[in-house]
Amino acid sequence: MLRLILKKLGLLIPTFIGVTLTSFFFIRLLPGDPVLLLAGERGVSPERYQDLMMQFGYDKPIWQQYLSYLANLVQGDLGTSIVTKQPVLQEFMTLFPATVELGFCAILFAILVGLPAGIIAAVRRGKTLDHTVMTTALAGYSMPIFWWGLLLIILFSGILGWTPVSGRISVLYWIEPVTGFLLIDTLLSDEPGAFTSAVSHLILPTIVLGTIPLAVIARQTRSAMLEVLDEDYVRTARAKGLSNFRVVGIHALRNALIPVITIIGLQIGVLFGGAILTETIFSWPGIGKWMVDSIFRRDYPVVQGGLLMIAAIVMLVNLVVDLMYGLVNPKIRHTE
Amino acid sequence: MTDVTQNSGPDTRFELLVSFWKHFRTNKGAVAGLIFFLMLVGIALGAAFIAPHSPIVQYRDALLLPPAWQEGGNWSYVLGTDAVGRDLLSRMIYGSQFSLFIGVVVVSVALVSGVCLGLVAGTFGGWIDTIIMRIMDVILAFPSLLLALVLVAVLGPSLLNAMIAIAIVQQPYYVRLTRASVMSEMSREYVMAARVSGVGTLRLMFVTVLPNCMAPLIVQAALSFSTAILDAAALGFLGMGAQPPQPEWGTMLAEAREFILRAPWVVTFPGVAILSTVLAINLIGDGLRDALDPKLKRS
Repeated sequence: MLRLILKKLGLLIPTFIGVTLTSFFFIRLLPGDPVLLLAGERGVSPERYQDLMMQFGYDKPIWQQYLSYLANLVQGDLGTSIVTKQPVLQEFMTLFPATVELGFCAILFAILVGLPAGIIAAVRRGKTLDHTVMTTALAGYSMPIFWWGLLLIILFSGILGWTPVSGRISVLYWIEPVTGFLLIDTLLSDEPGAFTSAVSHLILPTIVLGTIPLAVIARQTRSAMLEVLDEDYVRTARAKGLSNFRVVGIHALRNALIPVITIIGLQIGVLFGGAILTETIFSWPGIGKWMVDSIFRRDYPVVQGGLLMIAAIVMLVNLVVDLMYGLVNPKIRHTE
Repeated sequence: MTDVTQNSGPDTRFELLVSFWKHFRTNKGAVAGLIFFLMLVGIALGAAFIAPHSPIVQYRDALLLPPAWQEGGNWSYVLGTDAVGRDLLSRMIYGSQFSLFIGVVVVSVALVSGVCLGLVAGTFGGWIDTIIMRIMDVILAFPSLLLALVLVAVLGPSLLNAMIAIAIVQQPYYVRLTRASVMSEMSREYVMAARVSGVGTLRLMFVTVLPNCMAPLIVQAALSFSTAILDAAALGFLGMGAQPPQPEWGTMLAEAREFILRAPWVVTFPGVAILSTVLAINLIGDGLRDALDPKLKRS
């Protein structure tokens, strides 16, 4: 197992170097003078320009600049936001829990609905229910989620008035951030109604962000279930006279889960993409909205740092999924 | 249909096509998707004749008019008008041109460049292969929409740059697919035979091997056609794709955002158009996959 971990880590190193190179060259590829872009200033005097140039190390050769960029990264220095003058990493850490909270709820929602839907479709293969579930899943997979979010706002916030339109919690509450996860922090605080407010703000974004993973999980579960339902051990279980529920829910499902878990892991990258749109629509104060806002504000150090952090997290999650796959599947563990 | 097959005799390509169509035809969803898609192509090509109004003329006396069947609607603007008085139906009709154009351009660029890189990586192997595949890994390490967004920020927001960005983020899938099939084909006997008979490397790559790698590529092309439309609409929605007053569906949604509660129709119709187009193409993609290779599974 240790060898597997080391091997996978070794494969990630060149990719990670590529990612750092991408984010390093991002500023230099932008139209305009990188020194002024990084400083967020225009029309500076020649002396000030020289100062800035020294400050950012632009007077040195490019490979030295890259090395000092890497050295800063190792120390956790991702640069400073032009707009807020805060360190990028610190901003990232403040906003990250909001995205994790939303993403976690979305994946949970996708699993809780998608898994049963896929199982039902597989059991009722070829029947009307199967076609209905699979067509709905394909529609979900084809969904422009930014429109889906607007539609849900029209229906639930506009017409029915059940849910708030945007934000994470009602402005009436001030919650001391303990964990950064509002669902937990509101429970810890003694504010009456704060938890309900946080939940009601979370419902629509969760559905919107969870829609595509839900569709993918439902489709994958169905095809994995169909495969195992034909296996000998399922026939044996049936022949033993076990109930249909036991055969499907325990004997078949347990073996169908491996590809489904892999697919769920691979949705993390998709979730970040979806979070950009979802957070923008619902003004959810997370990483996705932060990135979009920074691009529009031309706060390029933030874009640079955020890009690197997100890629690093996606790579890390994919690695963990890979290793878990090896853990549950001895065939992979031993061939490596 | 069967008569034709019998008469065609040695024309195996035609026979392949017929047997493919026979498989494809059994998938009702795929056929429905194909019919919808062909209709959309017709609408896009004939937009100038079908559309009742210009997509960008602003009728200042008809702002935010509801659809004709609702109270206050007007039959000269069947789907109503937007906030500056442009006819929504005409904008939707012209919008189909954008979506199909985006799909065709993105898929062509990503497919051609991806297949070439994949062929090179798969044929030559060694350090060329390593470099190409590591670069693809780096592209795949970023969430695709985020990378596309940042690329557009670098290139400047426009429809052309959005298409370039989306093609770049989709290319790795073609490279990986092509490389994998090339590597498995390379050990086959017919490739060996071609080599022995002195076929040059370029001819070996493009004429001998490539046609045998096409099935998964066709399926991927269909799937990435729909992804391209979705991503371009998302970039348009974020203000980084087609720029107003271009009637691209995602851009239309972005302009309509502030009116969602007052005038839901300006939000509803462009979204329905995106959803049904993408759904139709995905249905076709599913049908293609089942007809071309039953063993291929959706990931």
